[in-house]
Amino acid sequence: MDALILSRLQFAITTIYHFLFVPVTLGLSIFVALLETWYINSGSYEERVKLKKLVKFFGTIFLINFAMGVVTGIVQEFHFGMNWSEYARFMGDIFGAPLALEALTAFFIESTFIGLWIFGWDKLSEKMHCLCIWIVAFGSNLSAFWILVANSFMQHPVGYAIENGRAVMTDFIELVTNPYVFGEYSHTFFAGITTGGFLVIVVSAWKIATDDESREMFVRTLRRAVLYTMLGTLGVMGSGHMHAQYLAEANPMKLASFEALWETEDPAPFAVVADINQEERRNDSEILIPKMFTFMVHNSFSGEVKGINDLQKEAVEKYGSGYYIPNDVRGMFWSFRAMVGTGGLLLFIVFVTGCLAFFKRDEIRDYRCCLKLMPLLLPLPFIANSAGWYIAEAGRQPWIVVGLQKTAVAVSPNLSAGEVWITLIGFTAIYLFLAVLAVFAAVMFIRKTKITSEE
Amino acid sequence: MDLNIIWFILITVLFTGFFILEGFDYGVGMMMLGRPKNERAQFVRAIGPVWDGNEVWMITAGGATFAAFPHVYATMFSTFYLALFLMLLALIMRGVAFELRGKLQYSDWINFWDFGIIFGSFVPALLWGVAVVNLLRGLPIDYQMHYVGNFLNLLNPCAIMGGIFFVLLFAFHGANFLALKIADRGLVQELQKKSVCLGLLTLFAYVLFAGVAAAETDILAKLGTVVFLGLSIAAIIAGCAGAYAGKACKAFISSTLAIACLTIAFFNALFPRIMVSSISPDFSLNIYNAASTPHTLFLMTIAAVIFVPIVLVYQAWTYKTFKDRVTPADVHYH
Ligand code: HDD
Ligand code: HEM
Ligand code: HEM
Repeated sequence: MDALILSRLQFAITTIYHFLFVPVTLGLSIFVALLETWYINSGSYEERVKLKKLVKFFGTIFLINFAMGVVTGIVQEFHFGMNWSEYARFMGDIFGAPLALEALTAFFIESTFIGLWIFGWDKLSEKMHCLCIWIVAFGSNLSAFWILVANSFMQHPVGYAIENGRAVMTDFIELVTNPYVFGEYSHTFFAGITTGGFLVIVVSAWKIATDDESREMFVRTLRRAVLYTMLGTLGVMGSGHMHAQYLAEANPMKLASFEALWETEDPAPFAVVADINQEERRNDSEILIPKMFTFMVHNSFSGEVKGINDLQKEAVEKYGSGYYIPNDVRGMFWSFRAMVGTGGLLLFIVFVTGCLAFFKRDEIRDYRCCLKLMPLLLPLPFIANSAGWYIAEAGRQPWIVVGLQKTAVAVSPNLSAGEVWITLIGFTAIYLFLAVLAVFAAVMFIRKTKITSEE
Repeated sequence: MDLNIIWFILITVLFTGFFILEGFDYGVGMMMLGRPKNERAQFVRAIGPVWDGNEVWMITAGGATFAAFPHVYATMFSTFYLALFLMLLALIMRGVAFELRGKLQYSDWINFWDFGIIFGSFVPALLWGVAVVNLLRGLPIDYQMHYVGNFLNLLNPCAIMGGIFFVLLFAFHGANFLALKIADRGLVQELQKKSVCLGLLTLFAYVLFAGVAAAETDILAKLGTVVFLGLSIAAIIAGCAGAYAGKACKAFISSTLAIACLTIAFFNALFPRIMVSSISPDFSLNIYNAASTPHTLFLMTIAAVIFVPIVLVYQAWTYKTFKDRVTPADVHYH
């Protein structure tokens, strides 16, 4: 394996790892802020004691996650210079700006106000303290916006010119209003709500099943989290669908690849499952729903959807000879099904849990054995998030910036495979090690903490 | 003055902020070495509310370098590949340690994470020193701005001296910060004694380092640089005197000024270069051949002029909110 493949592998591992924590930060920060708003507006003394404990309870889970997000994020920022120096040279004029703005406008407020929030319980007024967590939530979601502006440029370049072999920015407004940003950001935002909300559902369900003293409060968070997650799941589905339709014009190759549509068809069928043969560029066998893919793209049962083979020909005409098909169509196809399938499954689970929380509130104890099993479902949104990024990034290949620079020439020329091996193994090892300790700390904390009205 | 010069100054400002603020965080981390558990908890609490905000100065300095001088970002980060890897491991350990150390009450658990903080403070301090000196001393960079040396090229005696000097300077700065933030009087006196020792050691390392650097680099070529180097020496001496006299505030301001003067001296010595090539002066990266376009520089200047002051305001407010000295009773938070 050469430095290129290893760098790709390392980038994939470190970003996916970073993005295990990111959506929790995005979604849980807002949820904790909502909880604290509820707390400062609550009435009786006893209620306030319990609610404050609840805010601190979910706040602590949030903080453990946040710390992991921060330290893995620094690796991301360094990566572009360390492993992708030719990319940084080629793209720096454009890519550096959103990254610097992210630090300047978002990371600073996130990190400063989180410090105020953690240590400020006795030093700030209640309102001010609550405002701090809202600012953290705002900062997190703003940082997501900037990084997605950067990523969207790589997926769909706008507002640029090529000068002396480098991409230069000609219009910042166009960069920020790239239609690709709209799809990516809304989808990621709702994915965050879904992930954060689902985590609260799982933790609440588990506490209801195992901790009699705290049950009452967790039934209440369960109800709120169900509504919150429901909103997230519907949002993620709607925005994802919209974004896929947009891909039909913005990057039809990506769309055709994750649907494994090799030939242009009108109307095009939807493949539920397919045995993909990338070498011969066809599916050896497949189960199809006629006209369905056309319907998903055009909202009607007639209309053409371009296939991979025609798009390859078009790309050769445009960019010269080469292989322009993402090299893992099979992985993209199944990742897409995993993501969408998970979305449906989550909606169903949240709906059932909601029925329990709202209509069986008093008998909820009887469902204890089911609730106890909820933690087994926790991986679902994380699988969907990783699968989503896999589609987005693998579908961009062989380009690092679509139409402008290929991934193969973006890697730092001075790196040897040995050096990248060292970092690849080093990061993976420390990430695994820390994940174990962080999960252990979180589980111990959740287990021992009681939400009762005693001071 | 053109935009490239303005950005050179802004990068200097960001690195100065970073070295001052993270400087005492690293220093506090190093001061935890060998201290009993309850004192370590107080030290951690002293920087608890601010360390993350301070670290963002580094992230911003990196991001701003990327935006304003992409070639520097590309060459520097790929050149220091393994060194940065070590630094990242250290920063990862340190960041997680702050959050997790207090989550469980077993001694082994706390000791382990405190070791992580000490390690995670020492290594970046050392490596920043090594990196900074190498920038000035010159690295084998070819006509395409690619690094053609290897990891061992970075570990020359001059750079290692620079690294040790940084470690001592930050430890000194950290001790001065703690003397301002800890309530326990006995402990403060002990810290101030340490601070005097560290300050003297820093001076000693400074002299050695300056000797080697004067022979191997052009650091003394500009009058401005010499003046700022002189000021930094004076500030370190004033810091020692302050700590000796028990004046914590004076000592801390002095070490802050020492770091600021040094950073300015260093950037002034580099100007207009940012990374010196040891192969040929023509291959050095400077503020023109490594920069972004005027359009991007202009845009980023506006952003920096608006946001840097805002950041300063709310970070100052944070320090004001947590101005009280840390008592042993405060540490139940973490
Ligand atoms: C959609 C959201 C999103 C995406 C795609 C990324 N990040 Fe991230 N990042 C966040 C959303 C986020 C966040 C939610 O804002 C984090 C997670 C935890 C936190 O503290 O902030 C964060 C933290 C974080 C930090 C630490 C900030 C601090 O110290 O406070 C850095 C330096 C980065 N990220 C950099 C990156 C880079 C270079 C990425 C590109 C590969 C990246 N992130 C992808
Ligand atoms: C159920 C319907 C869904 C549809 C139709 C859908 C559609 C899409 C599409 C087309 C992409 C690729 C975007 C690109 O390459 O630019 C994508 C990416 C992504 N998906 Fe989904 N998705 C769905 C559900 C989910 C769920 C449930 C989650 C997580 C909870 C999720 C998380 C993501 C993430 C994190 C990305 C990468 C970021 C991005 O490109 O926006 N998706 N999705
Ligand atoms: C946190 C969110 C992100 C995740 C989870 C993610 C995921 C991935 C994955 C799975 C790959 C491997 C694809 C392959 O090798 O086939 C990859 C590659 C890559 N992505 Fe992303 N990505 C994210 C955000 C970004 C952003 C914001 C950028 C840059 C602006 C970016 C730039 C790259 C680069 C440079 C590579 C390496 C080249 C390659 O193999 O494609 N990614 N990413």
